[in-house]
Amino acid sequence: MSKLPDKARCHALYRQMLRIRRFEERCGELYKQQKIRGFLHLYIGEEAIATGVIGRLEARDVISATYREHGHALVRGVSMRAIMAEMYGKVAGCSRGRGGSMHLFDVQHGFLGGHAIVGAGLPIAVGLAMARKRLDQGAISVCFFGEGAAAEGEFHEALNLAALWELPVLFVCENNGYAMGTALARSESQTDIHLKAQAYRIRAEVVDGMDVLAVDEAAERAINAIRADLKPYFLECRTYRFRPHSMFDPELYREQAEVSEWKKKDPLLTFRTQCGKAGLLDETAVQAMEQEIGTEIEDAVQFSEQAEWEAESDLLKDVYSPRGAP
Amino acid sequence: MSRTISYREALRDAHFQALSEDPRVFLVGEDVNCYGGTYAVSKGLADHFGADRVIDAPLSESGFVGAGIGAAMGGLRPIVEVMTVNFSLLALDQIVNAAATLRHMSGGQISVPLVIRMAMGAGRQLAAQHSHSLEGWYAHVPGLRVIAPATVADARGMLLTALADPDPVIIFEHVGLLALTDELPENAGAVEIDKAAVRREGSDVSLITWGGNLPKALEAAKQLEAASISAEVLDLRTLRPLDDAAIVATVSKTHRAVVIDEMWKTGSFAAEVCTRIVEQAFFELDAPLRRVCSAEVPIPYARHMELAALPSVARIVQAATEITRHE
Ligand SMILES: Cc1ncc(C[n+]2csc(CCOP(=O)(O)OP(=O)(O)O)c2C)c(N)n1
Ligand SMILES: [Mg+2]
Repeated sequence: MSKLPDKARCHALYRQMLRIRRFEERCGELYKQQKIRGFLHLYIGEEAIATGVIGRLEARDVISATYREHGHALVRGVSMRAIMAEMYGKVAGCSRGRGGSMHLFDVQHGFLGGHAIVGAGLPIAVGLAMARKRLDQGAISVCFFGEGAAAEGEFHEALNLAALWELPVLFVCENNGYAMGTALARSESQTDIHLKAQAYRIRAEVVDGMDVLAVDEAAERAINAIRADLKPYFLECRTYRFRPHSMFDPELYREQAEVSEWKKKDPLLTFRTQCGKAGLLDETAVQAMEQEIGTEIEDAVQFSEQAEWEAESDLLKDVYSPRGAP
Repeated sequence: MSRTISYREALRDAHFQALSEDPRVFLVGEDVNCYGGTYAVSKGLADHFGADRVIDAPLSESGFVGAGIGAAMGGLRPIVEVMTVNFSLLALDQIVNAAATLRHMSGGQISVPLVIRMAMGAGRQLAAQHSHSLEGWYAHVPGLRVIAPATVADARGMLLTALADPDPVIIFEHVGLLALTDELPENAGAVEIDKAAVRREGSDVSLITWGGNLPKALEAAKQLEAASISAEVLDLRTLRPLDDAAIVATVSKTHRAVVIDEMWKTGSFAAEVCTRIVEQAFFELDAPLRRVCSAEVPIPYARHMELAALPSVARIVQAATEITRHE
């Protein structure tokens, strides 16, 4: 187990994970009430990864992720109101209600999706790194994706391009063991995903994705290395999703015992225990966080309830730019 | 001052100008650097601009088209060359699911100022995997702009305008046009890419086409003139967005139309053009519409069979004559 940082930082890490957890629990309820529609993929169980990695980024770095990206957007600083309103389909949403849960965007925060084609975000992240390298040396492009992407050609093409062209990309594989109902061993001949990255001569390591400090340290190491030589780095974070793949998943492919076993490694639980033992996080502090976060969430829900629907007359907006300069 | 240059040289000149004028512009694609471009369009550019601006890509169509999208989102102005439209099918995901959607999915926050160029078309005995015409598939997709330069001036000018466009533009370069020559003014440059162009005035029948079939339509018009049929030739130039006004105008003038398209007839882009005519100018028509398209067969290798599969001057003349001598 990693050495604990100071109290303020422990609080910040825990708070961020708790914020994702509570936000998504609320999203699950709102989905059942049919306030949120479409597909909804919860990140619950995997919070340590977004928290650890994104906490180490600078404002000039850019992020792309998958459809399981609410947590990433929250940690990056995208407003909770704008995320919630997006899920409601309101025009006040961060993608003006055109994207929904799977397509969160916020250019101001360098949060560039929200990509729902498995594997497709990787080549785009490579291109973003080309742009970062040419326009702002030292800035990096971070790409989050599931282990399912490793079976796609776009994964391999992107890794090769990033290594060949020496681009500052941080690849973060969130290996939760399943792609929908397909267990990793049922889809990959080589289940150690980081070895695939090494085959492209990319520095790669395995990280305990349930341990926020392990992720935080690995991210710091990776990001420093990338900024130093502008070459890619790959983190395979081993994790587990506690919830079904989406809200339509009867979970026929795994035993509840397996879920329970992994829940013992719940990143919030383990970190809280560790901090508690060291006297860095007590019940009062956690209660205060719960209170604040609860208030923030209810505010986001209220905001989204009251927000306007976009006028239907705007239907064709934002397919093309207003001609002229971008 | 003017000079005679080929369509291929016009494309190269346009790249030269774009790379010279804007440091954000770069060209990436298979064999664009060391090999000089599959169709020699980029020959010599690497010597001048270096490997950072003229980038050889591995055989990863989805990978480098996707990288082009990311680079465009990130503030650069990539020109991605895909060897032929056939190979672009390996990058369909990036073009259709990402380039075309990102502006909309992000609520207008993201621009993808990307230019994708691809060679296309039959006529060189390259058989069924190197001869496709699929521009209508791309023209189907909102979020893309699809253009098809058919003249040397458009080859010279359309790329520059496409690069200035904040949205993804796909340029189809028919391989049959590369050797075409024309006189261009020394200062030829950007041209607008919103409007169709009447390439020949006429009064009896409209021959509507674009890209690689424009020379065939012009030749057909010449032959029709000898038979006292006055054909107007409309070059659509841009397939999306389509210049409806120009289509309606020519049909309202001639009251007859033949649409020439190298795609297979079923689901061809010609079908879209005909439908627009029926929707918007039905009462202007004095005769049934006709389409001259490719035969419903993968493009064969043998020369005579390939030619038999493609739109030809003779078939255009025949179709135009039949509907003009209709009454
Ligand atoms: C190209 C593509 N194929 C199939 C799907 C349907 N699909 C959505 S998520 C998913 C599983 C992806 O698993 P993984 O990459 O491990 O990510 P996770 O959901 O576990 O976070 C599948 C098959 C898709 N979105 N894109
Ligand atoms: Mg997975």
